[in-house]
Amino acid sequence: MEVLMSILVGILFMAAVYLMLSRSLLRIILGTGLLSHGAHLLILTMGGLKTGAAPLLGEHAKFYTDPLPQALILTAIVISFGVTSFFLVLAYRAYQELRTDDMDQLRGKDHYE
Amino acid sequence: MNNLIILPLVIPLLAGIILIFFHKKIKAQKIISFIASVLFIIIASAVVQNVHLNGIQTLEIGSWRAPYGIIFVADMYSSLLVLTTSIIGLTSLLFAFSTTTAKRGNFYFYPSIQFLLAGVTGAFLTGDIFNLFVFFEVMLMSSYVLIVLGSEKAQLRESIKYILVNIISSALFVITVAYLYAVTGTLNMADLSEKIAATGQTGLLTVIAILFLIVFGLKGAIFPLFFWLPGSYEAPPAAIKALFGALLTKVGVYSITRVYTLLFYHDTGFTHEILAWLSALTIIFGAIGAIAYSNITKIIIYNIITAVGVILFGVAAFTEASVEGSIYYLIHDMIIKAALFFLVGTVIAITGTSHLRKFSGLIKPYPLLGWLFFVAAISLAGIPPLSGFIGKLKIVQGGFEAGQFTIAVIVLLSSLLVLYSVMKIFINGFWGEQRKEQELRKIPINRLLFPTVILIVLSIVYGLGVESISPYVSQAAEGLLNPSIYIEAVLKE
Repeated sequence: MEVLMSILVGILFMAAVYLMLSRSLLRIILGTGLLSHGAHLLILTMGGLKTGAAPLLGEHAKFYTDPLPQALILTAIVISFGVTSFFLVLAYRAYQELRTDDMDQLRGKDHYE
Repeated sequence: MNNLIILPLVIPLLAGIILIFFHKKIKAQKIISFIASVLFIIIASAVVQNVHLNGIQTLEIGSWRAPYGIIFVADMYSSLLVLTTSIIGLTSLLFAFSTTTAKRGNFYFYPSIQFLLAGVTGAFLTGDIFNLFVFFEVMLMSSYVLIVLGSEKAQLRESIKYILVNIISSALFVITVAYLYAVTGTLNMADLSEKIAATGQTGLLTVIAILFLIVFGLKGAIFPLFFWLPGSYEAPPAAIKALFGALLTKVGVYSITRVYTLLFYHDTGFTHEILAWLSALTIIFGAIGAIAYSNITKIIIYNIITAVGVILFGVAAFTEASVEGSIYYLIHDMIIKAALFFLVGTVIAITGTSHLRKFSGLIKPYPLLGWLFFVAAISLAGIPPLSGFIGKLKIVQGGFEAGQFTIAVIVLLSSLLVLYSVMKIFINGFWGEQRKEQELRKIPINRLLFPTVILIVLSIVYGLGVESISPYVSQAAEGLLNPSIYIEAVLKE
């Protein structure tokens, strides 16, 4: 199971890197979304995918799944949620002001003098 | 148990929360953030003195024992950095008071500064690797707001790149923590260090060490990961530039130092050798950038990169002298970079341009500004009575002791180029005749110079009073060289 998940995470990272190297700003933001999905799935996988009850003490099970990675993922999800919403609004503002979403045109004039 | 060490984190956090309610009343905001910053300095000095007298202080949040709960650790290294942070915070605020327009000040400018300080302090004080990630995000989120606030075109353009780079490096941080958790099964730094020492640093852990170098290198702008910095740091106003230049990259430098002295010190032949050569290249590329530009902001920005390389070489050489030197140099560099950004900000406020060929002869109308800049410049290069000297001396000495002759010579030569790059500003901008076409704006300059004077005086005192500072620095270096001190303080069995 871990191998399958690792391959999936690898594919997510590949897609994320491809999208982030493109010219359109919206594709880049989609890429960051995929990147954080991959990272969160990776934490889950690296915590171990052994079978066990959900980490609720009311379950009275013999084995539970590891609760720590789930807490880490929850933290990482809300953080990336906040950052992504900021980034989306920033992209919207940049489009209003600069009238472009092409990263090549967002380069700025860098005069080497 | 010692609640004192969390106060440097709580004060800016509370101040930030309170400031949100007063966001339309600029005067109230100024008073509250000034009081909070002064309190912050007092508490931070109390922490330094406490750590000096009683050894490493720890605080288990919620009384959970060390590897299970989150723990805050104030050793001498982090508490010295917290004290420096508090000083930079106050002076940046003073500079911001007289430069920030109502357009910015009304829109949560001061709360964001307090949250930035809280994030930086938290990153210095935490003893948990995931908690470090969270404080990185606190710091970065506030920096996103501060870099784009005002939404001029250049700010919008550059903040897109800044945010993108930091999102990628944060995702890499999460991935690296996941790998580390899979290998060791713990997140507490002291516990991690013990587990890594017990199993020996296998190939897998060395890979994780390099991943950490990439993550923190992206935050701290080492070669070849500094590409985002020159553009991003040019966008925000001068007070913010000073905060960023003095604090943000230094948190990356601190994290590399912490990780490479506390966790991954078993295979120094590989990891520290890579770090040494990367810092050498960082120094070279920073120096090339600093001499290539005649834009005064860009020159100072590239000097940040050079300094990051010098500090990290001190860590990589890993002898007593070089680690001490890198601590001296880190504190010196935080102070002097903030001062230089204030000075450059003042010059731009007067001349209206950052271009070196468009103004000259500033020394006659503004003698104090000129001589302050001169002192800052020679202090940056490391001329003996001033603060940059002792750090570089010890780093070079440690480099020779460790047998890294080439890189130690690179550090020495880089001082020349650094001196050339800032003297270029002094000679071209301050000397000579005033140009006919240039118009100097009549602005009340004394209030702008006041925070700079504080920092320059501090830097001179720091340089002359090395004798009285050295017990603190050698205590910090001892803590970095012997991880067992840290582990015992945290895990006290």
